[in-house]
Amino acid sequence: MNMVKKMLVVLIPLALIALLAGCGSTPKKAEPAAEPMEAAPVAVEQEEVPVVTPAPAPMGFTGHPLDDPDSLLSKRVVYFDFDKSDIKSEFRDIIAAHATYLADHPSASITIEGHCDERGSREYNMALGERRANAVRKFLMVQGAMARQIETISYGEERPVAFGHDEASWQLNRRAEILYKSR
Amino acid sequence: MKKLWARVCAGAMLCLCVASPAQAVLTIEITQGVEGALPVAVVPFEWQGEAGSQPPQDVAAIITADLQRSGRFAPLPVDDMLSHPHEGAQVNYRDWRLLNVDSLVVGRVIASGDNYIVQFQLYDVFRAASLIGYSIRSTASGLRLTAHQISDLIYETLMGEPGAFATRIAYVTEIRHADGSRHYSLQVADADGYNPQPVLNSTHPLMSPSWSPDGKRLAYVSFESKKPAIYIQEVDSGRRELVSSYPGLNGAPVWSPDGKRMALVLSRRGNADIYILDLERRNLQQITENYAIDTEPVWYPDGSALIFTSDRGGTPQLYRVYFADGRATRLTFEGKYNSRASISPDGKRIAMVHGDQGKFRIAVMDTDGGALQVLTDSSLDESPSFAPNGSMIIYATEAKGKGVLSAVSVDGRVKQRLALQTGDAREPAWSPYTGKQ
Repeated sequence: MNMVKKMLVVLIPLALIALLAGCGSTPKKAEPAAEPMEAAPVAVEQEEVPVVTPAPAPMGFTGHPLDDPDSLLSKRVVYFDFDKSDIKSEFRDIIAAHATYLADHPSASITIEGHCDERGSREYNMALGERRANAVRKFLMVQGAMARQIETISYGEERPVAFGHDEASWQLNRRAEILYKSR
Repeated sequence: MKKLWARVCAGAMLCLCVASPAQAVLTIEITQGVEGALPVAVVPFEWQGEAGSQPPQDVAAIITADLQRSGRFAPLPVDDMLSHPHEGAQVNYRDWRLLNVDSLVVGRVIASGDNYIVQFQLYDVFRAASLIGYSIRSTASGLRLTAHQISDLIYETLMGEPGAFATRIAYVTEIRHADGSRHYSLQVADADGYNPQPVLNSTHPLMSPSWSPDGKRLAYVSFESKKPAIYIQEVDSGRRELVSSYPGLNGAPVWSPDGKRMALVLSRRGNADIYILDLERRNLQQITENYAIDTEPVWYPDGSALIFTSDRGGTPQLYRVYFADGRATRLTFEGKYNSRASISPDGKRIAMVHGDQGKFRIAVMDTDGGALQVLTDSSLDESPSFAPNGSMIIYATEAKGKGVLSAVSVDGRVKQRLALQTGDAREPAWSPYTGKQ
């Protein structure tokens, strides 16, 4: 039942987004797939808000919510533009989901790692990576996570995940990673 | 003469402790030639040792490579030589004039018990005159250093300014293993890339090596405690000391010219700012206070100011702050990205990473301002560091997917690459003169 609460916590923002996204003139077209990307996470198997549909079999994920591959909580990486630390809109829901989880689980704690691509100088990138981690941290805290739950560290360009010397690799390396230390 | 002899000896002795696990020897490629280089001939040195034995190093070949590497000399290939003299009486100047050689180096290596005596003479071919000649005592492991010292003597005699061949470089290497684990190493090698010695190995990142002004210690950043911290380490003894581990960033350490203080970067008050740590009293003085990133400080040689990188204007650019008034002035305006300054030993030039149109290259400008001159033509160059005589800049770049070290003459005309056999090399720092040469 704690489970249910968590689901709700995740689903309500989703539902809100779906609502907002679909808030044109047509009131209830059950066509979520046609909506912008945000609506896509179809973790909505447990559907409770839209009433009409026959209840599907309870095929929802039953493990720990952090392990649910269909949950936004499974997404732990936020990507950035070159030399930037602004949180791009497509990552706000992910961060919001983690903020809610942290707020609901006061004993949970995370480390946010800030990373950069290889371009430019290394110590500047250390500071930029820190700024990226801090941007995520601030976002989490505004949405209910507590300072003591969050540690940040920058690795600058020292820990790439992709090793090419082109934009395909660089875009994967300009990132902040959320790592759970305790759940 | 006697004094120099003693200096040279001390240098050679110093090298005794140098083992050579040369699994990562750097090699040199001349990637761009020069017109106007001085024609010189270094005749293979005569070996006077036990019959059938070989000297442990080819001293003449080391000298030849040094002179060539500097870009100021065009050494004559050994195969083109008409004769192979080893002392003045054997020199036929006409031979060398025919070959258009201006300067001639001859010499010999003499076995003397377990040690060696290296004798050489430098001649001006057109005046048929000896310019300098020395006899230097050395050891098997010190012969490379002796050869570099001879190169320095030749360079100084012919160029009128000190050479930087008998100096060292520090740099970081990283090897990624197939299982995903990483091996980082802080290395110190001769300036020509030989004799690489790991002074620290770690499975966590190492960054930002910086030489003390006496050339005996290195400061660097290590993540060994899972977060960045600044250490100082004696190169010869390996003795190390933690000097900064505040919450947040601890980075970009650089010694003051008098060696008593260290500029570094901390973010203990929220974001990257520059501080000065008094190494004796251990107190901190905050130099910049700004919401932007302030990092990568370097000292003016006279200690009066710092140059640093800041993005307070929106993109990373170089700024200067004089300690006298504490005000920061922007220095660079060309291009979207100018960072990681290195100041020439005479304080007149700044080298930097210059990013423009997606390419990151090494550029120089006068400390007093003026136009940038871009020296390199690759796209991922970083970490420029001036040679102690100001003649060249060593930097890190990428070639065929690997991190490699290169050096470029300050006029941009000569480039050489020091290519590692394994792993990636980066963040080269050219040592100062140590007084031990």
